[in-house]
Amino acid sequence: MEDKDLYDEINSIKKIMERSTKFISLSGLSGILAGGYALIGAGIGYEIIYGNGILRGGYSIDIQLFSIALIVLLLSITTGIALTARKAHRKGQTVWNQSSRALLKNGLLPLLTGGAFILILLLHADYHIIAPSCLIFYGLALAAASQYTYGDVKWLGITEIILGLLAMLLPGYGLLFWALGFGVMHILYGSIMYFKYDRENNAD
Amino acid sequence: MAALCTLNTTVKITLTNFDKAFENRIRLQIMSVLVANESYDFNSLKELLAVTDGNLASHLKALEKEEYITMTKSFLGRKPNTSYRASAKGITAFKKHLEALENLIKQQRG
Repeated sequence: MEDKDLYDEINSIKKIMERSTKFISLSGLSGILAGGYALIGAGIGYEIIYGNGILRGGYSIDIQLFSIALIVLLLSITTGIALTARKAHRKGQTVWNQSSRALLKNGLLPLLTGGAFILILLLHADYHIIAPSCLIFYGLALAAASQYTYGDVKWLGITEIILGLLAMLLPGYGLLFWALGFGVMHILYGSIMYFKYDRENNAD
Repeated sequence: MAALCTLNTTVKITLTNFDKAFENRIRLQIMSVLVANESYDFNSLKELLAVTDGNLASHLKALEKEEYITMTKSFLGRKPNTSYRASAKGITAFKKHLEALENLIKQQRG
């Protein structure tokens, strides 16, 4: 056996082990777009809370803010699924495979716990810790799911947790930290992932 | 003369430690996946390795015959789902094979 064959053999083992355990079709571009939606949403939210009432509709402020957050969430999820499916298709993989199932299974527990937690906060009209809760539970979900995808997702998760804790420490800046965590960080990590993984895959 | 000697030992190592079951690249890849994951289903394996149904099935059968892997059939709703696991014997064989590869590299370098 030639030297080159041996290295090929070992490389193919390494590659297949990595690909079998990690979901690598996650789209960086969708992270950038989700960050953009979050920033626009936060801007509208800021206008509703502190602005001169141009955007204020007939509903109460909390219903308006909740609707904006929901729209941002739905848009981000839709974009994320669509772009990830496109990337998977381009690479000849399916979106719904063993590693994406593991990714969701691990991320969903902290995410759903957080969702229920935040709904209970809303129910009790306990608004001041909603933004930190969003950030902390989202960060925990990312960190839990990250072992089944790119390592960058883990760092994004840890960043979100830290921002959430800071938001908890500094009450009154919830919206700012929310915009930082869901807007700026998504754009930052989305760009990193886009340049690291999306582009090289588009090339081939 | 010295070169001839190393060549000789290399060939010997190849013959003694190399696992025949892993001679085929696809079989080696299947084993890599099953060692890295608790279990893996047929369709995901097929997609990952980019092979045809028949090709994959024959390699899986060969590994099963060696008792390197075990198969479980179940139903996900109405769809049949076949999943595979590496056996203790298979994991040991895989590790030995990797060691043999490693030794071969060391031999060729030294």
